[in-house]
Amino acid sequence: MKAKQRITDAFVHIMLGVLSIVWILPIIYIIITSFRGESGSYKTYILPKEWTLDNYIKLFTETSSMIDFPRWFMNTLIIAIVSTILSAFFVVCVAYCMSRLRFKMRKPFMNITMILGMFPGFMSMIAVYYILKGLGFLESGVLKQVALVLVYSGGAGMGFYIAKGFFDTIPKSIDEAAYIDGATKWDTMIHIILPLSKPIITYTLLTSFMGPWVDYIFAKIIMGNDTKYYTIAIGLWSMLEKEYIEFYYTQFFAGCVLISIPISILFLCTQKYYVEGVSGAVKG
Amino acid sequence: MGIFKKKKIDKRAVTYKQPSDTPARLVWKYSNVTTKLSLLIFGLGNLLHKQIIRGLIFLAMEVAYIYYMVTFGIKSIGDFITLGTKQQEEVWNDAKGIYEYVLGDNSMLCLLYGVITIFLTLAIIGVAYMSMKSAFCTQMRVMAKLHIPSFKDDLRSLKEENLHSLLLAFPVIGALVFTVVPLVYMILIAFTSYDSTHQPPGNLFDWVGFENFVNLFATGGRLSQTFWPVLGWTLIWAVCATVSNFVLGMMLAIVINRKGTKAKGFWRFMFVLSIAVPQFVSLLSMKTIFNVSGPVNVLLLEWGLIDKAIPFFLDTNTARITIILINIWIGIPYTMLSTTGILQNIPGELYEAARIDGATAPKIFWKITLPYMIFVMTPTLITSFTGNINNFNVIYLLSGGGPATLDYHFAGKTDLLVTWLYNLTITNKDYNMGAVIGIMTFVILATVSLITYHRTGSYKDEGAFQ
Repeated sequence: MKAKQRITDAFVHIMLGVLSIVWILPIIYIIITSFRGESGSYKTYILPKEWTLDNYIKLFTETSSMIDFPRWFMNTLIIAIVSTILSAFFVVCVAYCMSRLRFKMRKPFMNITMILGMFPGFMSMIAVYYILKGLGFLESGVLKQVALVLVYSGGAGMGFYIAKGFFDTIPKSIDEAAYIDGATKWDTMIHIILPLSKPIITYTLLTSFMGPWVDYIFAKIIMGNDTKYYTIAIGLWSMLEKEYIEFYYTQFFAGCVLISIPISILFLCTQKYYVEGVSGAVKG
Repeated sequence: MGIFKKKKIDKRAVTYKQPSDTPARLVWKYSNVTTKLSLLIFGLGNLLHKQIIRGLIFLAMEVAYIYYMVTFGIKSIGDFITLGTKQQEEVWNDAKGIYEYVLGDNSMLCLLYGVITIFLTLAIIGVAYMSMKSAFCTQMRVMAKLHIPSFKDDLRSLKEENLHSLLLAFPVIGALVFTVVPLVYMILIAFTSYDSTHQPPGNLFDWVGFENFVNLFATGGRLSQTFWPVLGWTLIWAVCATVSNFVLGMMLAIVINRKGTKAKGFWRFMFVLSIAVPQFVSLLSMKTIFNVSGPVNVLLLEWGLIDKAIPFFLDTNTARITIILINIWIGIPYTMLSTTGILQNIPGELYEAARIDGATAPKIFWKITLPYMIFVMTPTLITSFTGNINNFNVIYLLSGGGPATLDYHFAGKTDLLVTWLYNLTITNKDYNMGAVIGIMTFVILATVSLITYHRTGSYKDEGAFQ
């Protein structure tokens, strides 16, 4: 019996080892290519013949009107911060209402959001584009950035399901105790429930912060060919276009590594909250 | 003693409630003339009973609406019906000796302003009803000789019984402007002739009824020859992607969590690392990694496993399988993370009993773990199925819909409905067909979700854990 147990254990560990290599290899490939000294795109070998930091240095020093990594980075950072604050505020407000308050329109409201969520989000995008154009938001690059922030956070309130699930797991008796002590609903929310909900607030902040870094399509439609105001995602994508790929292939990977580092650190730090948020949602 | 000191509140103010639970029929039946008139002159009932600010707010909304309608709204409704009548044309300018363009109507803007006016009208009907209800509430309080809430009481109620209005106001406005109005606009486009040959401002487009839907389903037509295969692949993709991620991710979580496994944290970290990389980075790198001259082919050639490079994204079946496999690489860590917690919640007695009865590990998985997980995770599964049907990024960034084919109308062999929608609208400017595809996607998702959702327990007893 014990020998059999040991064989299974060994088998499991070997399998996990092989699998994690499969999962890690692409990431390693990204990293080593970013240090490759030879220019050009695809090579017939994997390990670079020459190692260099030039790709990283060039990203910041050799900027042109078409490819401007530092600027894209700042664009994305600003858009991400503003839209994170707005959309996290929206999500927490709606989720709190749906979970802890009871009012007449609650069920209809939840059903409507569920139905709206079934339309391809991209479908309304085209109309949003024209609405923004009609309102004069697409005249200048800065206004386009404002428009992008509004697009990212405007409908954010409808993604309240996970946060609602978390609020659902906090016992109702806490609220009732507060009411008996004379707290208003507002006090209860601000001073009692929200401090208890740090995991889900962190999760909401984190997911909304990551949105602008990884969104491709909305940014592309709104920004069009205005490369100066590109976000990171569309900027890096443009590096892989046919006319640039030969020259920018290795720099593309350097850029990927650079933006993955902060996002990975954020993610790994808040991973615990992610798990709590998601499994909380499922319970409700 | 609690944390909150009891504030001294006027008893009458505490009992003040909104009449929100009185049905509309009864409101009408018991209201007096002033209250009924409040339906026409907003805020009248409030103004007559010294609720000046509340009454003025209602009145201001009405005045603003009337001003809007007179200056702009009525014309926009007319334009909405005709979608513009005057086409842009060239006119000979005698004084300058050149042809000049005279701007005609812009059908697209006619439609857009029409939709906005309709929404404003619906909103004002809602406000009219609110005004009447508010007047009714005051009327009732006067009759019962109760305290009539001042504006201060109204503000206070926002922190108490009306907290939901305060919290929902901004998110709802945001959702209306950026989701609902655009969606209604696009749905209406599906019933017009807004395609590449009817582009405003040069040309007008018009209402065509269900013609676009008929075209989509017309047997033998190019559109239906594209629609059905694309729909088929979309469904296959969504099912494969959802099921493979769910089952394999859960198995991974189980294997990592089992008693004998050492260094659980380390294994989890190895897999989580791939989520931490932004998705478009991993997708774009995967695209280059699986390129004909990319590293996967280089390795396989070097080891002598294949004679010549495999074009992963150039053959239909290879491309489809590759995309599903890459999606497994991306998706499994997510499932692993989210199931780890739930797996630990499965009651241990179940496993113990099964083991005493002599069940083997696979049997325990199929008979206990899987049914339990499916039960708990159905809502998540539906969400991820919906997400996969609309999974624009994976397809667009990996294969771009390719391999291209002449059999389809502006779609490639791996295009989903949503990427086809992108091609039709952004590349091809056939907005009406794009809108029709969007509506069809919605119909499919709605059917699937309704059937499954209403069978899950977690929808019915959402309060079970409170």
